[in-house]
Amino acid sequence: MSTTDNQWPLWEVFVQAKTGTPHKHCGSVHAPDKEMALQNARDLYTRRSEGTSIWVVPATAITASSPEDIGPFFEPSNDKPYRHPTFYVTPEGIKYL
Amino acid sequence: MENTVQLEEQFNAKLDKGEFIEPKDWMPEKYRKTLIRQISQHAHSEIIGMQPEGNWITRAPSLRRKAVLLAKVQDEAGHGLYLYSAAETMGISRDELLDQLHTGKAKYSSIFNYQTLTWADMGAVGWLVDGAAIINQVMLQRTSYGPYSRAMVRICKEESFHQRQGYEIMCALAAGTPEQKAMAQDALNRWWWPTLMMFGPKDSESKNSTDSIRWKIKRETNDELRQKFIDRTVAQAEHLGLVIPDPELKWNEERGHYDSGEINWEEFWNVVEGRGPCNHIRLKVRVAAHENGAWVREAANAYAAKKAKREAGSLVA
Ligand SMILES: [Fe+2]
Ligand SMILES: [Fe+2]
Repeated sequence: MSTTDNQWPLWEVFVQAKTGTPHKHCGSVHAPDKEMALQNARDLYTRRSEGTSIWVVPATAITASSPEDIGPFFEPSNDKPYRHPTFYVTPEGIKYL
Repeated sequence: MENTVQLEEQFNAKLDKGEFIEPKDWMPEKYRKTLIRQISQHAHSEIIGMQPEGNWITRAPSLRRKAVLLAKVQDEAGHGLYLYSAAETMGISRDELLDQLHTGKAKYSSIFNYQTLTWADMGAVGWLVDGAAIINQVMLQRTSYGPYSRAMVRICKEESFHQRQGYEIMCALAAGTPEQKAMAQDALNRWWWPTLMMFGPKDSESKNSTDSIRWKIKRETNDELRQKFIDRTVAQAEHLGLVIPDPELKWNEERGHYDSGEINWEEFWNVVEGRGPCNHIRLKVRVAAHENGAWVREAANAYAAKKAKREAGSLVA
């Protein structure tokens, strides 16, 4: 990589559309530091006032589950249907349950 | 070996169920290659596509038109960046992508190798070129690769103003003086056929089409998309009182579609292979922009390094 390398670190961008809602992943930007990452993200992902708040996270800081392990990884919840309200029988006519 | 067969079966089963493929999923090497090529070509097209319209920003006829054109060209830059990001999720770097563009190794849409000679071309480009792009992009919202699909959803939301502002320019010219109307007709004459070429070679001659459809990268063929564009555009031209430059264009009651004349495929291949009116200048301008921006990137690097050092210093102190 030369000194004119324009790659720069990759930052994942999360935008909150309006207050009270979660930040949602919307893409990524390259930037040399966090301030510029934030500015690039603003220019790129909120040109039409799509956001009230932006997070930028270095892509290298994200740890993700891997698709190969998807079965065993999420398995523990598969045999616990009693975590869902539909698992339970309620007497007829009983409301607000 | 049998593992690859198994993985490919799982991959196909996923596609059959209408699920998306995500970056970390296993995928056939050819699926990856096809998508890197397609997404990067698409990104390059957005970036090179800024030039023919950028050409008219300083000469827009009013402040309103100028602000609109500026916003449109900025959007195209944004589209290019969304798409580069999507391509990078497949394991190619931004540097490699730009290098492929700058060395002429990668292609971009041939439509941007035509000149924008008059203000009416800003109307025709928005109306026809963005109109054709939208038809392709609406389909690509359902493409099987997740990051590409998500980029297309964003892009489609932004595109509709592009087409409308172009048609508005055409409306103004078509309702203007005889000279203005003639200018609009001239723009339509020059842009109609190159726009139809944007959909690519005929299905019978398209070598990438079958895989793309099988893998649900594309959901409709070149000819189907081209037909859709023609069917939608004829009435718009009629409303303008302009004539589409195709004497064979005729409604076919039986097919429920317009019949149209044959595209000049020799011209198509000439432009694809680099012999269009602007191939040379487009690349030259793009490379110059990149090289002239080198000092900005270097300054940003130096600033980031200085700040990182200072922050590290204050942590120690
Ligand atoms: Fe675009
Ligand atoms: Fe556009």
